[in-house]
Parts: sequence; structure tokens; C-alpha cells
Amino acid sequence: MVESSIVRYYLRKLVIAALVIVVVVWVVTPFIISMLYAFSSKDDYYSPNIIIPIHYTIQHVKMLLDLGATQAIINSVIVAVITILLSFALGLPAGYAFAKFAFKGKDSLKLLIIGLRMFPILVIAVPLVTLYIRLGLNDTLLGVALAHTSMALPFVIIISSSIFAGVPKELEEAAMIFGLDRKGAFFRITMPLALPGLAAAAIFTFIMSWNEVFIASVLTLTHRTLPAFILTSAMAAPDFIKFAAGFIMILPAMIFVFIARKYLITMWGITLK
Amino acid sequence: MVDVHLKGIVKRFGKTIAVNGINLDIRDGEFIVLLGPSGCGKTTTLRVIAGLEKPDEGRVLFGDRDVTYLPPRERNVSMVFQSYAIWPHMKVYDNIAFPLKIKKFPKEEIDKRVKWAAELLQISELLDRYPHQLSGGQRQRVAVARAIVVEPDVLLMDEPLSNLDALLRVKMRSELKKLQRRIKVTTIYVTHDQVEAMTMGDRIAVMNKGKIQQVGRPDEIYLRPANVFVAGFVGTPQMNFFDATVEIKDDEIILDASDFKVRLPKDYLPVLQEYNGKTVIVGIRPEHIYPEGHAPTTAKKLSWVEGTVDFVEALGSDTILHLNTGSMILVVKISGSHRYEIGSKVKVALDLSNIHVFDKESQVSLLYKRQRGVQ
Ligand SMILES: Nc1ncnc2c1ncn2[C@@H]1O[C@H](COP(=O)(O)OP(=O)(O)OP(=O)(O)O)[C@@H](O)[C@H]1O
Ligand SMILES: [Mg+2]
Repeated sequence: MVESSIVRYYLRKLVIAALVIVVVVWVVTPFIISMLYAFSSKDDYYSPNIIIPIHYTIQHVKMLLDLGATQAIINSVIVAVITILLSFALGLPAGYAFAKFAFKGKDSLKLLIIGLRMFPILVIAVPLVTLYIRLGLNDTLLGVALAHTSMALPFVIIISSSIFAGVPKELEEAAMIFGLDRKGAFFRITMPLALPGLAAAAIFTFIMSWNEVFIASVLTLTHRTLPAFILTSAMAAPDFIKFAAGFIMILPAMIFVFIARKYLITMWGITLK
Repeated sequence: MVDVHLKGIVKRFGKTIAVNGINLDIRDGEFIVLLGPSGCGKTTTLRVIAGLEKPDEGRVLFGDRDVTYLPPRERNVSMVFQSYAIWPHMKVYDNIAFPLKIKKFPKEEIDKRVKWAAELLQISELLDRYPHQLSGGQRQRVAVARAIVVEPDVLLMDEPLSNLDALLRVKMRSELKKLQRRIKVTTIYVTHDQVEAMTMGDRIAVMNKGKIQQVGRPDEIYLRPANVFVAGFVGTPQMNFFDATVEIKDDEIILDASDFKVRLPKDYLPVLQEYNGKTVIVGIRPEHIYPEGHAPTTAKKLSWVEGTVDFVEALGSDTILHLNTGSMILVVKISGSHRYEIGSKVKVALDLSNIHVFDKESQVSLLYKRQRGVQ
């Protein structure tokens, strides 16, 4: 009996480890390939005898950056940050209300918010452009950020409401007994406890905005975000340039995720309860 | 330091009535215990007093100040939550210091008070930990410490000792009680532990189903329970109850309990007069039934009943006999350790001066009703 349970225990661990390895390989391989080829010299890349490049150069990346990728990265960061700020500013209060108060029509309202995500972005693209032209928002970063906000908002509301609901109401009540008003209790108690979850939501929002290419391409002409820039400029270029473009796409996102992730983990060191 | 008055408090949650018309006057500096079974509305009552719930009906007064619609922070109350509600993102020290920081105490004063409270609750060595590194009982003590560092007008405690081991609980009881006496804070203490209620309360309010059943000093609650619920809820083992028909002939009162008859002294005549021929509920506590040879010399009026031993609980300090008298079981408590064979016949005496009689319909104590009438 004891023997077999030990065997089962280690077998389980083995299976889990194997699965983890498969997933990691799955995720990391394309990443590594694009890294390698992004910096591969032109000759190595085209040589049929070389799979893993021997000579490296930063020429491709540099060229892209010089051609406008630098500005596009800046644009993308600006759009992503505005998107996070707006969607959080609008989404957190809504999420809090959903989590902490009982009111009429709460469930149908929630459903409606999720329902908004059903409309394919294609459908609203043309009306959006006409509207933006009228408002003078076309080809502006704010315009893109607003569109991204509308895409991220339902997600932020739903996620933050479940995060806030996960903070026991007695914690806030205790703060209110010991001298804070509801606002104070929110900022001193609920907010710090919700931060890890909100950081995760911020990561998601950032990546969504960072990756979003369709709306960004439709709404901008001269103020391209990075994916829109790459789509229009690099796609006609040789393959190694595409890899370089892919690398430029990935890197800032990776940096952001690493920063946010570190925060996430240190915060979750003291989980709720 | 204020007297608290609850006037007709009703609180509903949808269809459930959690608190159903509570009236209670709590004196300045009093230690009052809300005692009752799970779900009877103790926590809800406390939350109404704290201002965390608005009552659907009724008012809460602190002194002559109507606080019914005041937010919690304007009431100057302190509370120990049943779920502790200590903040997971703050160290123990900061949890305890929080109320003081909010009230802008000077730093040294905060430090002094936190250390004092930690000392009192034996958590001094835990001050540097996060709550998730504590056991349930330690967390509970942090919650108590946090509630006592400030000097509130009213201290609300919701089962603050429920998670401590027996030894620590006894110690904490006396510590809390001493503390309360010293700072003379009006204290409302919720528990479903009757020993805690009896030992700590200046008065006890026994609750059931959202209503207060009786308010009184611990000895009053024990000796003169107002109804069947209070009589049954307070005291271990539970009071024996049986139905009996009242027969009054000349000056004699007989309670006919089918298995046996009890002849009551004449004192009971005024109360039982109108129940002649009717059925009442009779109650007697296990400690007021004495086997032969165990009757205290002070017990004068006894009525003897015979039964067979059905079951014996030997607790060491006490022996609990379950006696079968034919169609019912009488539970008898004898102090000290005694041997009884199962199946053997035992004669026991009911102490007639400690008998309780309740109306069969309303379940209200006839004796209590009369005392009330006299007052
Ligand atoms: N927020 C709520 N929503 C709905 N019903 C509630 C709520 N709070 C309490 N109740 C109900 O009200 C009744 C009284 O609850 P309360 O918490 O006051 O009981 P209690 O006496 O404190 O019990 P316990 O000893 O188990 O803590 C219960 O029936 C409970 O289910
Ligand atoms: Mg409770």
C-alpha cells in the first residue's frame, strides 16, 4: 500500500513535470527562433547549411528602429498606458460597485457588459473611423487608446469585481469601525489587498493594447503603433527583417511583464486569508 | 463610556428576520453578554450597534444621542469580529497600531499601547509577523488586542475567545473581565458558551430566533429562567422537562407525570390554582435531583422517584446518571465520582424548592411570571 502510493506520488510529479516542459518548449521555441534570426547576419540566414546562425549583427533591428520603429514603440507605450489608466479609472469603480453592493438589475448589467465584447471589432471599425474624423480624433494616439479602452473595459470591470469580491467585507468594515470612512477603507485596505490581482489585469490590458493591430491600423496613418507600423512597413521586407520586427514587438512587452510579475509574486507572498 | 439603548430593533435579510424587535437597555460601564444558539441574531445585533447594518426598524441610542444613522467611525466603538478581520497585508504590530494611527496618537504612545496589549494577550513575540503566519487562536488574540488599544465608548466582542484552548480561554476570560472593570467600558459580549456568559457577564441577555428571551444577572438566569428555552439553554446537562397534569385537592397539589407523582408544597398554590386539571411542563435541573444518601441537608422538601440506571457518564468531578423511570429519562448530576451499575435500581429525590413549572402553550415560567407580577 505504502509502496504504491509513493510510486503514484512520484509518477504524478513526473507527469506534471513532463507537461510543464512541453508547454515551456511550446512557448519558448518560437521566441528563441525569432531572437536568433533577428540577429542573424544576412548570409547566415540564407545559407542552407546553417540552421543556428554563427555570425550575429544588430543591423536589422537598428535599421527598423531608424526607419520609425522607435517612434512606433513610444506610440505603443503611450497608447497602452493611456488604455490602462482610462480602463482602470472607469473599470475599478464599476467593479467595486458590482462586488460590494446589491442593486436592481445587477446581473443583467453584468451580462450586458460581457455582451459588448461579442461584437467583432470589424463591425464597429468603419463607424468608428467616421465618428473619429468628425471628432478630430482620427490619427491620434488618444483615439487609439479610447478604442482600446472600450475593448479592455469589460474585462477590467469583470476581473476587478471578482478581485474586490475576494476581499472579505469585514476587513473594510473593521477599518470603518476603527475610524476610516468608506473611501479611506478602500484605499488603505481593499486596494493594497487587490493590487496583485489588479497587476495581473494591468498586464493583460497592456498586452491586449500592445498586440492590437486592426483598429490601430485603421485609425492611424502617421501615428502608427508598433504592430500597425510593422504590418505596413516590415511585411514586404526580407524574412530576417520580419524576425527583427518580431523581436522588437516582444521585447518591451517582456520587460513590462517581468516588472509586473515580480510585483505580482512579492504581493502574493501575503495572500488573502 | 456611555449607556446603550436598543429600541425595537428589527433587521431583515430578504425573507429572513435576523433580529426581531429587540429592546435592551445597557448601563454605562456594564458588561452584558448576548447568549444564544447559532443563527439567533447575536452578530447582527452587534453589527447594528456598531453601525455596520442599518436596522429596518427601531433606534440605537448612545446616552441620549440617536446614533441609528451615524456611520461606524462617528460612534467611537471598538469591535472584535467573529471572523477576526485582521488585515492580511499588515504585520501584527501594524494591525494593533492601526486604530491609534488613525486617531493620530503620538508615536511613543502608540508603541507603548501596542506593547501593553500584546503583553496582555501573550502575543508579544508575534508582533513582527504577518497574519498568515499565525494560528487561528493567535489571530483571534490580535483582533482582541486591536480592539482594546483604543479607549472606545462601547466595546463589542463577537465570540472573541472561541478559538483558544481551554486553559488560555479561562485565563483570557479573567484578563478581559479585569480589563473591562479597570477601564469601565460599556461592553457587549457575544458568545454561545454559557460558562463564558455566566462567569463574565454582569447581566446576560439570552436570545433565540432574533428575540431576547430574558435579561438578568447570571444567577437569575440560572435560578429563575423565564421560559422553557432559557431553562433548557442554560445549564449542563440540560434541565429535565416532563409533562404533568395538575391536580388540586383541598390544599394538596399533585403533579401527575404518569411515571410518578410529585406532591408540591403549598407555596405553589397561588400559581397553580388556575391550572387545576390542565397539563403543564415541569422542569428540574439534574443537579437538583439527589440519589439516596446524596441529598444536601439543606434540601427540605423532597419527592422520591425510582428508576433504573440506563447510562452513566463518569466525568471525574461529576457523575451523570441517566435514569429510566418507565416512559422517560431523568438525568441526574451528582458531584464527585461514584459507581453505578447499569440496570440497577436507584431511588432519587426531586428537590421541590428548585422545581420549575411552565405553561404548556406559551412555555412561559409560571413562577417567573408571578415574581414579575409582584415586582
Ligand atoms: N448578510 C446576510 N444575508 C442574509 N442573511 C443573513 C445575513 N447575515 C445574517 N443572516 C441571517 O440572519 C440570522 C442571524 O445571523 P447572525 O449572524 O446574527 O447569527 P449569530 O447569532 O451571530 O450566529 P452564530 O452564533 O452562528 O454566529 C441567520 O439566520 C443568518 O442566516
Ligand atoms: Mg455570529
